[in-house]
Amino acid sequence: MEDFRIIDNCLMVRLPEEVDHHRAAYICENADRFILQDNVAHVVFDFEDTRFMDSSGIGIIMGRYRKIACFGGRVYAIHVDKQIQRMFTLSGLNKIVEVLA
Amino acid sequence: MNSQVVKTVKNEMEVYFDAISRNESFARVAVAAFVTHLNPTLEELADIKTAVSEAVTNAIIHGYENFNGYGRHGEQISAMRENPGKVRLKCVLEGDVLHIEIEDKGKGIDNIEQAMEPLFTTKAELERSGMGFAFMEAFMDDLEVDSVPEEGTVVRMKKKLGSSAWIGCEE
Repeated sequence: MEDFRIIDNCLMVRLPEEVDHHRAAYICENADRFILQDNVAHVVFDFEDTRFMDSSGIGIIMGRYRKIACFGGRVYAIHVDKQIQRMFTLSGLNKIVEVLA
Repeated sequence: MNSQVVKTVKNEMEVYFDAISRNESFARVAVAAFVTHLNPTLEELADIKTAVSEAVTNAIIHGYENFNGYGRHGEQISAMRENPGKVRLKCVLEGDVLHIEIEDKGKGIDNIEQAMEPLFTTKAELERSGMGFAFMEAFMDDLEVDSVPEEGTVVRMKKKLGSSAWIGCEE
């Protein structure tokens, strides 16, 4: 299950096992709620549980990046596996998101 | 029987399902299950699942314009209206080559070339990245898109799976 947690000024988003369009809206809405309510500076996406992702996941990250980048916020991705890393590279997301394996 | 002749193994499946977001995971898992007896590598499996997911998601949100995923608008999931429509998914295995065909009778694509450009999307407000076709192209060996506006879209993909012990064996 996805999980949202605030640690200092960071929002930690633990992504579900499958990140697809079906789940995307729910993740976006919740992440945005936290970003607005808690004055989050940075967002960390944790892919530890994620076994599947498609371009919807790229959309989620891009959207959150747009929301916080203008205030100097950064987006991080952790526990990224090889397949997800490939999608980051193909979409150019690896240039705006800090990926930590 | 002449054991020199390697029979080409052929297998086929076809499913129709409602164009709703819940079925995106069903479609990719169905295709993954269909090819498991070929012992695909984890990477091949992930490639196929991603490509199928992209094509089916496109059919649902662009073809039939059913945007609503899980949890949007709070509790009223059951009250959400969805456009009727079916997605057809057909897989043919010919030897070690997997052919996938995903068809919808939705609104079609006006400009296929533009639609296939990486990062191009008509649904930016839905947080779509515009990477769907780019991923299908990258993860499969071959991609073909046919579309007639107001009539529908067919996406055909092909992928050669790594050789495994099962291929070439006589039945």
